[in-house]
Amino acid sequence: MTLPVAVVIAVSFAYLGVLFAIAWYGDRRARQGRSIISSPWVYALSIAVYCTAWTYFGSVGRASVEGVWFLPIYLGPMLAMILAWVVIRKMVRIAKTYRITSVADFIASRYGKSPLIAGLVTLITVVGIVPYIALQLKAISAGFGLLTGPSDPTLTETPLHWWQDSTLYMALALAGFIILFGTRHLDMTERHEGMVAAIAFESIVKLVAFLAVGIFVTYGMFNGLGDLFGRAMNDPAMQQLLRFDHGATPHLYSQWFALILLAMLSVLFLPRQFQVMVVENVDERHLKRAAWVFPLYLFLINLFVLPIAIAGLIHFGPGQANPDLFVLSLPLAEGARWLALFVFIGGLSAATGMVIVESIAVSTMICNDLVMPALLKTRRFRGRSGGDLTRLLKSIRRLAIVGLLLLGYLYFYLAGEAYALVSIGLISFAAVAQFAPAALGGMYWKGATGAGVLAGLLVGFGLWIWTLMLPSIAKSGWMATDFLEHGPFGLSLLKPEQLLGLSGLDPITHSLFWSLFGNIAAFVAVSLYTRASAREASQALLFVDVFDRRGGSEPVFWQGQARVDDLVNLSERLLGRDAARRLFQEHARDIGVASIDAIPADARLVQRVETRLAGAIGSASARVMVASAVDEEPLEIDDVMRILEEASQLRAYSQALEDKSRSLERATEELKTANQQLKSLDRLKDDFMSSVTHELRTPLTSIRALTEMMRDDPDMPAAQRQEFLTIIVTESERLSRLVGQVLDLARIEAGHAEWHNSDVDLYAIVKQAMASISSRFEEKGAALELCGDSRLAPLRADADRLVQVMLNLLSNALKVIPAGSGQVVVDLQENSDGVTVTVSDNGPGISKAEQAEVFDKFRQVGDRDQHREGTGLGLPISRQIIEHFGGRMWVESEPGQGATFGFQLPRNQQPVTGKPA
Amino acid sequence: MKRGRSSRLIALFFLGWLLFSFPLLALWDRDLELFGLPLFPVGLFALWAGLIIVLALLMERGDP
Repeated sequence: MTLPVAVVIAVSFAYLGVLFAIAWYGDRRARQGRSIISSPWVYALSIAVYCTAWTYFGSVGRASVEGVWFLPIYLGPMLAMILAWVVIRKMVRIAKTYRITSVADFIASRYGKSPLIAGLVTLITVVGIVPYIALQLKAISAGFGLLTGPSDPTLTETPLHWWQDSTLYMALALAGFIILFGTRHLDMTERHEGMVAAIAFESIVKLVAFLAVGIFVTYGMFNGLGDLFGRAMNDPAMQQLLRFDHGATPHLYSQWFALILLAMLSVLFLPRQFQVMVVENVDERHLKRAAWVFPLYLFLINLFVLPIAIAGLIHFGPGQANPDLFVLSLPLAEGARWLALFVFIGGLSAATGMVIVESIAVSTMICNDLVMPALLKTRRFRGRSGGDLTRLLKSIRRLAIVGLLLLGYLYFYLAGEAYALVSIGLISFAAVAQFAPAALGGMYWKGATGAGVLAGLLVGFGLWIWTLMLPSIAKSGWMATDFLEHGPFGLSLLKPEQLLGLSGLDPITHSLFWSLFGNIAAFVAVSLYTRASAREASQALLFVDVFDRRGGSEPVFWQGQARVDDLVNLSERLLGRDAARRLFQEHARDIGVASIDAIPADARLVQRVETRLAGAIGSASARVMVASAVDEEPLEIDDVMRILEEASQLRAYSQALEDKSRSLERATEELKTANQQLKSLDRLKDDFMSSVTHELRTPLTSIRALTEMMRDDPDMPAAQRQEFLTIIVTESERLSRLVGQVLDLARIEAGHAEWHNSDVDLYAIVKQAMASISSRFEEKGAALELCGDSRLAPLRADADRLVQVMLNLLSNALKVIPAGSGQVVVDLQENSDGVTVTVSDNGPGISKAEQAEVFDKFRQVGDRDQHREGTGLGLPISRQIIEHFGGRMWVESEPGQGATFGFQLPRNQQPVTGKPA
Repeated sequence: MKRGRSSRLIALFFLGWLLFSFPLLALWDRDLELFGLPLFPVGLFALWAGLIIVLALLMERGDP
């Protein structure tokens, strides 16, 4: 059951065409400034480039031999992503600030932009990553063979000559595709938006394809997970796959730990992971979501690994088919050819995604950190002024991509058949793990020096070659294996896989232990015994304290003389004319000058140009190029300290300025509220004044009118004169009462009133007030009653004031009750809070609208006749008094039902003084 | 607040590290079944899912 070769090839190329279209669209949108990758979901999916053909094919292969042991490779990234917000965010911030282009650039930039370190890291990467690329080629090639070849998966192919091998042509086709894909840009930048969009798409395809085959196998070929696992648990051989402990080897937990650690470091420092996670990051806040979505992706893509492995073992029988290809052979065996083709496309996604990003990242490193520094060394190249170098840079990268894929093919051709997919991948992981001490140490330890890094990398890389790389080549049959079994020159202590007699570990754990141990030991020891150069020290400050810097207070570690023209020329050579022009225009705008000619050639400009060039050719090469274009003074440690001090002083100044302006703002705000308060008080006062004058004028007017009439008419009858005089006396009394009350109210409101507090008995006070007003009630033929509690605990208050309040309430009631049938009831109630006094009348009552106004000054409700006796200030004053003692006053009434005025005085009163109404 | 999140993440990292190491991992390594499924792989995946959920809660809740 196979598919025609032409169909598989056509579909594969159609798929690559779709990828290309997505990348093209992504780039176009990026140029328009409407990025399609500016989303945490796209970012998380692009990080899933971690899942390569190794995951797609190799996990099942490993699971069918070692069971759950395929998992540590994904648990490591899970743990690493927990720290993404702490560690990766710092890497992203550093890379963005200094336009870091690759992991080699990152490490070299930290250690004084050293070309030597950049070159060494690149070299290690190339050597380490080639097997990994070979792995992808092997997976596609094997999958293609299975899909189109003999239907019996056990049949081995006859060896072919290299020129007959389709894998070679596939590698070349991929190289061509990647060149079209990644290095089309005219302007040289470190970011590739289209590529990221395509990679995110590939991540979806491979996940869907893998889940599809997982569901097909588990639920189509078998009766679900229970069925599969049930059969596995009844088979003693397969039972082992479901357990951690296979019982055979010691140090199992060390190996488990080593694999997790290895994967954890790889997810940070593999060139492709660094590329998508750090260099291509659009916004560091995207990390928030990606930190858990990426582990979730890994979780999903691993769900069906064990079921497929078990299904393959049951279906084909152990050792009968290549377990690496179970995902393809199982659907093929069931005749599901189109599903198999889809699964193959998923595998192609996984493999091409890895190869695309890895080769673009590594070709950038080769160009920037290996070839450029070598070119810069030649006198002819440096002397050549003018001439656009962007074409040269692009050619170097294209050649590097072709070279990488050919090297990958070579490794596949030489050693690929000897190893399973996972074993090849682990060799690469172990190489990349060597960057961890230099990079992580550099981010958190200012004392780390370039010499330490060089020593650490050399020791670690050397041990990796000796304990892992050479044995892998030897085991493939291309070297004599004597040294594996007996050690070099018969020195058994130096046996690569049992160094110093350390046995019992598997080769990966053994190599990882020795290489990382040697690496860290050399790195720390040499760092402690060497002094950092001025440039290293300055870069250390910039990297370790990257989160402390904000705004324009960043120190610029450069001194010397420069000319703007030289820098413009240099930028045009490396960036192209347009990009260079934009760079200088931006700088002119940022520092606030009109044109490029007006830019001062100061340290800040040099720094900006150097950072921008670093984005194109790497920080080490940019450093060399800038140094050759300007007249530099060497930087000493003292200069670094001085510049740092100036920067921190500047920062302190700006901090102080910020504080000042903040406190000014606060003061302004306070003044504004105070002013508003004053304004409203002023308005209140005006209202009050106009009310007072109005109230004063009414009695004055009548007094004046009556007296004028008496003066002008000497013959006025005595009776009428007597009547007029009575009115005048009443009005004068009202006037003086009014003036007295206004003064009283003003004193209370201003807090100037005198309070003679003593322990008072409220019952006695109510009695006293009632006694003094009882004659007036009798005159009107009204009944006045007192009920409620008579024995009250004493309250702390001013007795005279309370009598005043009671009199006011009683006289108000007296005014409204009908003559002859009036009835007023005073009630006293005591509870735990205090004492409540109510005065209820049987007058006409007060409507709801009037109730709201009854305590306002000069507001008198009811008939106009009754107004003549009142001033309109009695109730406001009473309320002020009650509130002074911490109590409250209210009115309850229904029209026609009479009214009840009441107040409550708390027992534990807290006098409120001078509180405005 | 930012410091709070970082500290919690670091604590979660060490918790995850311990859960996936000896001896906590050995607790799961038994010949037992859970709903007809083998305990050890199911336990590993369950721990994994739990870590993802806690991490998602930590990352998505509130701004630093």
